[in-house]
Amino acid sequence: MRHPTVKAAVLSAALLAAGALVPLHAQSDGLSAAQAERYQALVTELRCLVCQNQSIADSNAPLAADLREQVRNQILAGRSDTQIHDYVTERYGDFVLYRPPFKPSTWLLWFGPFLLLAAALAVALRFAKRRATPQTPPPVDRERLQRLLEDTRQ
Amino acid sequence: MRLRFLLPAAVLVVLIVLFAFGLQHDPREVPSPLIGKPAPDFALRVVGEDTPFSRDDLLGRPLLVNFWASWCLACRVEHPLLMELARQGVEIVGIDYKDTDADGLRWLERHGNPYRHIVADERGSAGLDWGVYGVPETFVLDANGTIVHKHIGPIDEQAWRRTIQPLLTTAPARAATETR
Repeated sequence: MRHPTVKAAVLSAALLAAGALVPLHAQSDGLSAAQAERYQALVTELRCLVCQNQSIADSNAPLAADLREQVRNQILAGRSDTQIHDYVTERYGDFVLYRPPFKPSTWLLWFGPFLLLAAALAVALRFAKRRATPQTPPPVDRERLQRLLEDTRQ
Repeated sequence: MRLRFLLPAAVLVVLIVLFAFGLQHDPREVPSPLIGKPAPDFALRVVGEDTPFSRDDLLGRPLLVNFWASWCLACRVEHPLLMELARQGVEIVGIDYKDTDADGLRWLERHGNPYRHIVADERGSAGLDWGVYGVPETFVLDANGTIVHKHIGPIDEQAWRRTIQPLLTTAPARAATETR
């Protein structure tokens, strides 16, 4: 093991193995199978506020760990999914829900993509129509054409 | 035929307006659902002591509740301004978030203490109930304990003068500020 690359290879293999062995979020311990399933569903649907493109299941931020702990404890305390959702939104707002609620302030969010799609379809349709109707070329002014040709020849 | 040129121009204008709006909007600032609602209750204690401190201790006068920590770098940024506000008589309650008493006190000793009360939230439980997701965060409370405003990140001169100060001075029961 005197060779540095061998050493590095062994070391990284050991680190990889260690990483695979350590469960990142062992917080579903102590939950029944059904509860663990609910826990998984809840933590993957709640957004972490610190690293905003991660769910609290994926995030290693301390706040995400706190929220996972809360979810776990509340499941153990027998609270329903809606109650847990309410608990989080009361504190952090709808922002934490990856599946935002359907209400007037989120209408644009829900309908926006369909509006854009409709607009795109309308534009596409117009183009298609224009293509479909054969265009008659404008009448050619033969005299002018002749003149132009003669001009270029000189 | 006019429409052919006007339409892309109109789309461009709409996009520019949207982008301009988007640029001025910090996606890291999550609006708090607690604005206009009573501040959540908590049962904590004063840093370095056993004296309990709860929501009731915040009632009777408008004040600032500032979540900070000795491990928080951004808290150093707003600290001079907090010191200045304290000098002007603004009551600031500091909640030491996920910190140890010793570290918190040492930090205040070193940099100065702008807080009328220093409260320990070692486990961040009050922070969770108040919807704190990073430090520093500052809440403006009126005399009834209602959250009037939340400032995310370090307070700067502009935020103080434009937003926080007017809210503090218009909050009711201002006369009670000096009586503790």
